[in-house]
Amino acid sequence: MKAQRVVWGETIADLAATDDRVVVLDGDLATSTRADIVADRVPDAFVQVGIAEQNMVGMAFGLSTLGYRPWLSTFGVFLTHRAVDQIRMLVSQTKAPVRIASAYSGLLNGSSGKTHQDIEDLAIMRAMPNMTVIAPADEVEAEAVFRWAADFDGPVYVRVARDAVTPVFEAPYTFEPGQPLLVADGEDVTLISTGVQTSRTLDAVRILAERGVRAKLIHLPTLKPLDADALCALVGDAREVVTVEEHSRIGGLGGLVAEVLSERGTARLVRIGLEDRWSESAPNDFLLDKYGLSPERVADAVLAQTAVAV
Amino acid sequence: MDAAATRPPNDELAALAREARWRIVETVAASKAGHIGGPLSATDLLIALYFAQLAIDPADPQREDRDRFILSKGHSAIGLYAVLALRGYFPVEELATFDHGDSRLQGHPDMLLTPGIDASTGSLGQGLSAGAGMALGAKRLGRDFHTWVMVGDGELEEGMVWETVLSAPRFGLDNLTLIIDLNGLQQYGWPAGDADRFDRSEPVGHVDLERVFTGFGWNALTIDGHDFDAILGAFDRVTADRGVSGRPTVIIARTAKGRGISFTEGTYRWHNGVATEEQLETARTELLGATGAGR
Repeated sequence: MKAQRVVWGETIADLAATDDRVVVLDGDLATSTRADIVADRVPDAFVQVGIAEQNMVGMAFGLSTLGYRPWLSTFGVFLTHRAVDQIRMLVSQTKAPVRIASAYSGLLNGSSGKTHQDIEDLAIMRAMPNMTVIAPADEVEAEAVFRWAADFDGPVYVRVARDAVTPVFEAPYTFEPGQPLLVADGEDVTLISTGVQTSRTLDAVRILAERGVRAKLIHLPTLKPLDADALCALVGDAREVVTVEEHSRIGGLGGLVAEVLSERGTARLVRIGLEDRWSESAPNDFLLDKYGLSPERVADAVLAQTAVAV
Repeated sequence: MDAAATRPPNDELAALAREARWRIVETVAASKAGHIGGPLSATDLLIALYFAQLAIDPADPQREDRDRFILSKGHSAIGLYAVLALRGYFPVEELATFDHGDSRLQGHPDMLLTPGIDASTGSLGQGLSAGAGMALGAKRLGRDFHTWVMVGDGELEEGMVWETVLSAPRFGLDNLTLIIDLNGLQQYGWPAGDADRFDRSEPVGHVDLERVFTGFGWNALTIDGHDFDAILGAFDRVTADRGVSGRPTVIIARTAKGRGISFTEGTYRWHNGVATEEQLETARTELLGATGAGR
């Protein structure tokens, strides 16, 4: 198992070695985000901007106007919150081909706690016009997404998880933006997940199977743009749908699926995600358990909140 | 393409500036909303840039080796539009569409809509950073163009500006120049005293800008931003320094808000505003003469 951040550093270094357009802007967190892999292997592709995220976005925009395909690399929370106006004005509005590698996204950030947990990023970024928003499930999908982004001519936001998860996909894998993917099939209940939470949700599906419940799991790597027809086709005539995300229950995957289902479907929706409250600093296992995202807790919630429990 | 080599005489620049100022006040009056004070304080600097300095080609606005200009104080858009129109980027008549629906001339500059705009701006403080990225890209690609950014003095209150001021010398950006339109007033700003509540103090009047920028590793020049000899002299020093010092340059241009029209000059109340018919007539006479014929 390999962490997405390591895959990111290695893949970008790989791309930069043969593509002069690739440049990585670091906000002095290279050893954490693993932008240091790029700095070591392709020094010319690495630009230290310093602890100045707003300036980092502005400089990436400036570089993009000269044909560069810059990657912004720092903790996601400093981009999607501190530099959100810069992303909105200089990247989203101008359709600049800037790639936002949102490191340490979600709840699990190496015990840095609530100041560094970015659990609102999907809500913020998917509300921005022109922004492509992607949350890969594992190392395999992440690498495919990074390679796809290299040639995409527009702004891209990618969640990059700090820690490794059990792989969901096997190489070779071709990323198709906007497409939902059927990860597990089952008739009793339909789950939809995104990002690395899909790996944990797949484990929840296995736990449910042990308890006699056959769950369908749909993975949504792209939150925007979304092929809603394809999603509805996969959901089919399910009467209950459960979304699971390492993100606030407000405005992220649950919000997205609510929008689609309320327009097109009749299924009842259950949203599993982080409650509208602040979390805390603790080891991953503790946080996942306490805040309801561990495979066991997800399985429990599915049984408790849907008709399969009856 | 090298404007500096074929500079018009100063009286011609002054006449262009008067015409641009008239277009600004006329356009804002016609669209019934817009900024006045900031565009008028920046007019002479913009005329000097576009008619005597920037290596540009209005017939080919996206030309790769063009000099870049970013109006970070994006609310002065009408000033830039007036100068771009006079320079030939689009018909002067198009100014009449300013702020109208479906217009290419938005209330704030939009690089995807308007020929000659190198960066979209409008949220204060972001332009210098964008310019630093362009200047860094030019250095990395070995291109010889120069990047110019204009900010207002009130805009210096935005923290992001200082992120770039701190880091730009590290990248050796002697191909980057910041022009501060130091007109001494912002939209409402800081009360100067109790006697007159409309008396306002300068946004950064308490700051020794030359010393601050020099301390950050920049070259710094202070000039009269309405004196074409001074402006062009500063531009020449910037050009001579490119590729030499490794330091970006700031031109601190002392200007007057609302410059050139008696009733707008020097008052923060004309930060934005719409001239009456009577005021328009006054402005026309002051800028273009009794005949209104212009140059």
